[in-house]
Amino acid sequence: MVNLKKLQDVPKTYVKEVLGELSRLEKLKKIPFFTGIHFKDAERELIRKIENYKKIGKDAERVWKIIELSRNEKRPQCRDYINGIFKNFVNLSGDRLGGEDRSIIAGLGKIDGKTVAVIGHNKGKDIKERMEYNFGMSTPYGYRKSQRIMELANRFGFPIITFVDTPGAYPAIEAEDNGQAAAIAKSISVMLEVKVPVISILIGEGGSGGALALAVGNEVYMLENSTYSVISPEGCAAILWKDPAGTKLAARELRLTSRDLMKLGVIDKVIPEPLGGAQNAPERMVKIVRKYIIDALQKYEDISGEELKSARACKFESMGFFSKG
Amino acid sequence: MTEDMGKFKCKSCSKEMENEIFVLNMWVCPYCNYHHSINAGDRLRITVDENSFVEIGKNIDSIDFLNFYDTRAYSTRLKEAKLKTGMDEAIMVGEAKIEGIDVAIGIMNFGFMGGSMGSVVGEKIKILSDCSIEKKIPLVVFCASGGARMQEGAISLMQMAKTVSCINRVKENRIPYISVITNPTSGGVSASFATLADIIIAEPNSLFCFAGPRVIKQTIKKNPPSDFGSAERNLINGQIDMIVNRSDLKKILTSILELFR
Ligand SMILES: [Zn+2]
Repeated sequence: MVNLKKLQDVPKTYVKEVLGELSRLEKLKKIPFFTGIHFKDAERELIRKIENYKKIGKDAERVWKIIELSRNEKRPQCRDYINGIFKNFVNLSGDRLGGEDRSIIAGLGKIDGKTVAVIGHNKGKDIKERMEYNFGMSTPYGYRKSQRIMELANRFGFPIITFVDTPGAYPAIEAEDNGQAAAIAKSISVMLEVKVPVISILIGEGGSGGALALAVGNEVYMLENSTYSVISPEGCAAILWKDPAGTKLAARELRLTSRDLMKLGVIDKVIPEPLGGAQNAPERMVKIVRKYIIDALQKYEDISGEELKSARACKFESMGFFSKG
Repeated sequence: MTEDMGKFKCKSCSKEMENEIFVLNMWVCPYCNYHHSINAGDRLRITVDENSFVEIGKNIDSIDFLNFYDTRAYSTRLKEAKLKTGMDEAIMVGEAKIEGIDVAIGIMNFGFMGGSMGSVVGEKIKILSDCSIEKKIPLVVFCASGGARMQEGAISLMQMAKTVSCINRVKENRIPYISVITNPTSGGVSASFATLADIIIAEPNSLFCFAGPRVIKQTIKKNPPSDFGSAERNLINGQIDMIVNRSDLKKILTSILELFR
């Protein structure tokens, strides 16, 4: 007999399934001469299933801890990396098409004596700042400002460094009316077109198209405890599980951790974080990231613009898994 | 959509009509002009010259490389979608003629897992783009999609970059690219190849947006206006070139293609 206590650690969304199976077996058992099922085998199979669901549940908890770390507001943010890495940073505003979006910081600065363009999402640290920066959720103004700065960098041969940290593009009527989809598509297009090195670093949350709009790099790095996903686990659970209880399971299924994405070839490097996470030693984290940027810039120093562009296009055009029968 | 006893009831005005009338009218309600969704096969039939379509990339098939399991396995969902639609994937691509003009054409099918873009949709857009560049023929894509395919994780997100890169090459080669927005086109498809066309045509009452009305509702805690994301609103906001009735689409496409000849 299956011990109900065993169900304790089974994720909620699977408990119903297991209980259903159990009561079906019980019902069949009560039919005196029913021999259609070998009950011992069926129960063994069910126990195996329960054990598997428990394992999945445990793993989902592990992934969820990473999600929480990636969203931790004490982690160094774009602003901290800019202050700690780039000298003489000049902040630039506006898309020249009608708006300014503070959820994206953009400007020029120096690293290792070279001028670079720096663009990144900024979430803000406390609630006041978070409101001011719209929680790092950008509107077309932000993406178009970023395009403007990338085109500027392209003209002067400045490498582009991006810091990605956003729950996603801002889901609002005004943003949609202003062409959110077109703005994101154009950002991706501009990032693919430029003839300068593009280094993208996911420092916290990499939410969907809003993240990709700043992440089409020759090199794409993820901090160890950052995430990168096609949809938030909450959104995914709402659509596929139709139940918020599926959120942690969705987080696991989406393979959104740096380790998973390294394996899948979506990113090029995982940047290790100080013990327990970047929030424990923000200054050290910034120093580590600085080193990675300098190394990446060195790697691309002598490569022609044409090559940089075609390597980037090749890399993204070859992504995908399918069978060719 | 209910199609029993040879009768069809319009989704918008609830008027009932003979199935035959509805189909003759290209799945557009003759009473209120509501444009109902149609599958890729029917779309092809009303768009390209008879027997002119030659499919390419047919051998490419989705795989469940993440072993993605929500309430069912991705592999099961794929099988079901194939059975339901009789199609291999959410897009069909190939070469065809429109009033005698050669085109590279892609047609998405919303019925196949919500027209979601995974690796195969990305690869087929690539094959189609390469075909249009190689043969120097215009690219036409009929879009219909709920967004990226979650069951392929971040790889589906990367298909946005992949398809944009392909369209960039099409443009560099001075190949005209026309996208036709059909109901609904949203998420990852709208924020990649759909919006980067030289000319964007939308069918009446088609939803065209990045974040859909449901997502907006969650943020603003009330229903967005009823015309949110509609073709009509997008035209006013400068996001599309024109709205064209399904019955005029072939004619308009032809006259645009003529201009680029
Ligand atoms: Zn009607």
